Amino acid sequence: MTTNTATHGAVLEQPAHPRTLSSWQMAWRRLRRNPLSMLGLAIIVTFVLTALLAPVIAPPKEGARDPYMMPHEGYSPDPQPPRAGHPLGTTEQAFDIFYGLVWGARTAFRVGLVVVATAVTIGIIMGGISGYYGGRLDEILMRIVDIFLAFPGLILAVVVVAILGPGLEKVMIALALVSWPGYARLLRGEVLSVRERDFIEAARALGASDLKVIARHVLPNSIYPVLVVSTLDMGSIVVAAAALSFLGLGAPVGYSDWGQIISLSRGWILGGAGNALQFWYTVVFPGAALFLFTLGWNLLGDAFRDILDPRLRGST
Amino acid sequence: MTAFVLRRLLLLPLVALGVTLLIFGLLQMLSPQMRAALYVTDPRQLRAVDSVIRTHGLDKPFHIQYVGWLSRVVQGDLGWSETAKMPVAKAIATFFPATLELTMFAVVPIIVIGIWLGTLSAVHRDRIVDHFSRFFSISGTSMPTFVWGLLLLMVFYGTWQLFPPGRLSLEPNMYVLSQQFRPYTRLMTVDALLNGQLWIFVDALRHLALPVLTLSLVSCATLVRVTRSSMLETLRQDYVRTARAKGLESSIVVNKHARKNAMIPVVTLSALLFVGLLNGVAITETVYGYPGIGLWGVNAAIQLDAAAVAGFALFNALLLVVGNLAADVLYAVIDPRIRLR
Repeated sequence: MTTNTATHGAVLEQPAHPRTLSSWQMAWRRLRRNPLSMLGLAIIVTFVLTALLAPVIAPPKEGARDPYMMPHEGYSPDPQPPRAGHPLGTTEQAFDIFYGLVWGARTAFRVGLVVVATAVTIGIIMGGISGYYGGRLDEILMRIVDIFLAFPGLILAVVVVAILGPGLEKVMIALALVSWPGYARLLRGEVLSVRERDFIEAARALGASDLKVIARHVLPNSIYPVLVVSTLDMGSIVVAAAALSFLGLGAPVGYSDWGQIISLSRGWILGGAGNALQFWYTVVFPGAALFLFTLGWNLLGDAFRDILDPRLRGST
Repeated sequence: MTAFVLRRLLLLPLVALGVTLLIFGLLQMLSPQMRAALYVTDPRQLRAVDSVIRTHGLDKPFHIQYVGWLSRVVQGDLGWSETAKMPVAKAIATFFPATLELTMFAVVPIIVIGIWLGTLSAVHRDRIVDHFSRFFSISGTSMPTFVWGLLLLMVFYGTWQLFPPGRLSLEPNMYVLSQQFRPYTRLMTVDALLNGQLWIFVDALRHLALPVLTLSLVSCATLVRVTRSSMLETLRQDYVRTARAKGLESSIVVNKHARKNAMIPVVTLSALLFVGLLNGVAITETVYGYPGIGLWGVNAAIQLDAAAVAGFALFNALLLVVGNLAADVLYAVIDPRIRLR
């Protein structure tokens, strides 16, 4: 199904070739047949629409300097339950939860896309070079990867943010620094097996440069596992960023960021006198947003993995 | 095999060196004054910052600081952790048993649920049972650990007072710290039983319940997935078809014939999972205030307690390299087709 031809630009440029298209069509068909995959797709599409339409769904106050800052009326120390004008209630310091969740969708996509794209790019360069050239270069690069992977990721990210200072950009830098080694190792393994194949030798024999062989022939045939992991990472990176916010190392107070909204609720989980669930909305709503976002990516990633898993191929 | 093990163990000093260089290198991005902040707890101390810097050698060049630290480590002195207010080696010895205990309790439900749901999914592939079990396990991983923590605490601690955070309640803790209680293993549940103190055992279990539940919910998805795909592969094999053809009952074919072979990758994964949990329970420990090594590591990292983070990283690298090696060896032991080179 993931035939080599499908991803070769040269072949795709030819007029519709039934066999080249079929692999994508088959993938789509399998995706459509599994209700869980479709659920994942629907969730992600909903979040994309929410992020795009944020100014319509939750219009910023007139004269607001930064639409990403949640509006707040007054500085009421207690969270207040859902009511007219604040459909999901307010957090401590009276930040509107609904507004924060809607604009937080943009923050989530920005964090996920920037971190994953950066990590994948570094991973592809390192893993590609390492796997393709091998030898001493491979040895050196892979030992660097080993060192990064031996470090508990969260702790390394915390150290980096603690040094750079809190803020969303710093969190993204820290998470990209922590995530690239996984991609490098994954891609290297794939490249190692692909580079031995006949068509690579054929391309070389035809006089293609190393760069061209890697870009046109090696990468298109070894990139699928990276795609699967990066789909799953879209969710887990956003969760990791939220965890850093929870530790007080993320976006500034009041910024539309799901993790930050939850960390605002941290002091309220035991509720008021005699009613522990009094402030439930401060955890449940932002928690649900984080959960659904991650769930969507996980369901999609799981579907991709099934579709691309060679061991399960052709069995249905 | 021996050569393989030796080669992998040779990696250890290299990784240890790299990991600690990374930490010390990152810290060099800060000025000596900023690094001195760790030792300053009172505004009145600010006047004496220069002497703090001098006492701890924070203004010395990078290589002198690093080599100095390294030579003490080689002599067995990991340094002083300002966040734990005790030597780093003692901090590891104090906090690690708590994490080990938590992990040991968590890994049992994870493996049992993972294998059970994974098998169920494979046998009923693409039917409602399959969808349900996959949805359940993926949902568990999709909920961030600290959200699980806050929600479970809200219900089970805030509302019902059933499962409190921390490791022990006040009274049992005082008894444990007293002379009457002998810490044999530093695993609280085991020590409580060895001392014959059932009430402390029960109290320790109550504190373990929520973190264990959280870890199980968050971590069982991988095992479900691997069991499922491994079972699917095995169920397609000819010998399984033969077993079915000769009229064996389906449950015997699945449980006796197929599952044994399908378990090979699952066993390795479980070993990796255990190591991963030991390394990755920091957020769980933080949200439940459970005094394990992860909680200490996070605090040390936030406060840039260099010696503590370096010691923590060294210890984790050791766990990881040895643990992964053990998983690989285990793989070769249970599957004779695999040769380690």
